[in-house]
Amino acid sequence: MTSPKTNAGLISKSFAVFAKDIRLELRSRYALNAILMFGITTLAVVSFSLGQSNLPPHLMAALFWVVMFFSAVAGLAQVFIREEETGTILALKLAAAAEPVYLGKLLFNFFLLTVMVTVITPLFFIFTDAQVVGIAAFSAVLILGVIGLCSATTLVAAIIAKASVKGALFAVLSFPILVPLLLTLVQATQKLFDNGAFDAVMTEMQFLLAYAVVMTTGSILLFKYVWQE
Amino acid sequence: MYKLIVKNLSKRFGYRKVFSDINFELSIGESIAIIGPNGSGKSTLILTLLGQYRPSKGKVLYLNNNQQELSEENFRSSCALVSPYLQLYSQLTAEENLQFFATLRGLTITGKRIDELLNRVGLEGRGHDLVGEYSSGMTQRLKYALALMSNPDILFLDEPTSNLDDDGKQVVFDIVKEFRTNSIVIIATNERDEYDLAQNQCRLN
Repeated sequence: MTSPKTNAGLISKSFAVFAKDIRLELRSRYALNAILMFGITTLAVVSFSLGQSNLPPHLMAALFWVVMFFSAVAGLAQVFIREEETGTILALKLAAAAEPVYLGKLLFNFFLLTVMVTVITPLFFIFTDAQVVGIAAFSAVLILGVIGLCSATTLVAAIIAKASVKGALFAVLSFPILVPLLLTLVQATQKLFDNGAFDAVMTEMQFLLAYAVVMTTGSILLFKYVWQE
Repeated sequence: MYKLIVKNLSKRFGYRKVFSDINFELSIGESIAIIGPNGSGKSTLILTLLGQYRPSKGKVLYLNNNQQELSEENFRSSCALVSPYLQLYSQLTAEENLQFFATLRGLTITGKRIDELLNRVGLEGRGHDLVGEYSSGMTQRLKYALALMSNPDILFLDEPTSNLDDDGKQVVFDIVKEFRTNSIVIIATNERDEYDLAQNQCRLN
């Protein structure tokens, strides 16, 4: 007797990959612990160094995204490295096409970064006394920043998974792709720390949206070639 | 009826030749044993047939009833592999592994079906255990449950009885005997009792 076939589409297969990764993460807390520990440690060091001094908005914004970026780098690459190191990648390749695997991993990285941002952002405000008036605009910048970071780094994570010097390679390959994103995020955040609202960051928001769309689409199209090699 | 055609297949890693000019054809109901000493390229040949390595020369063709090449999607749903290097998720239970791979393969799998599969390979009552807590023999049995799940038209077995006890070996022999009448079975092995299960042989040096 065989199991009946269904028309399980891209969404249900992608969700299966995402749900599997969430389940594995909740049982091991491998990436989540790395991200949160890195983020909180960096934040604590920054906070102790600053003491009572108030930094100007542009430095505060840069500090915020430096903490976010390095915390994210600590965990985002794990999605494919773990499959490669545990040898499960062959079973995955034999069972699934490239697209559902990429989308599942992208969703998982989005989940990781959302948890990271939710934990670290309030702590950043508490430790540094930074203030933001346009909370809605700030949230929108954060969401677009998270999507941009995920879409750019998930593909790089797949590329470096087979390499021997994974950590260094991840940073080197991610850097040129992420520079325009990080510069725009810092610029938008600086304006928001400087009491700006939605109107002040409209140009940056448009760029961030375009970056997220282009990176996600490009990654989906390119991932097939990375997956087949 | 599916057909597998292997034409002048060769594989090199850099300057090292692994195998060269392999030729054979198999239809449903036919089987082949790939035999040869350690390091002769049996596993590499299996992975090349599965599309995981690009051939250095030659072709591997899978044809459907209309003599047209199978699409990637159809090929994935038609084949299954059992081998020591195929790893399952150790931090998922056996049931969760089966459920996950069923969804990826576009299959609906019920709890009853999972129990049937686990019973068939002698893992009854162990579906809720983490695969990481299984012995190597139990993990090998679970790989057979995974292969049986999709009732494959092409079954690849690399060292099919590795880590198995006598009961486990009997389960494997029964599965091979069942599948070799309705599927294409490809066995890579050094064991005489295993390669005797196949009708044809391909010897690598």
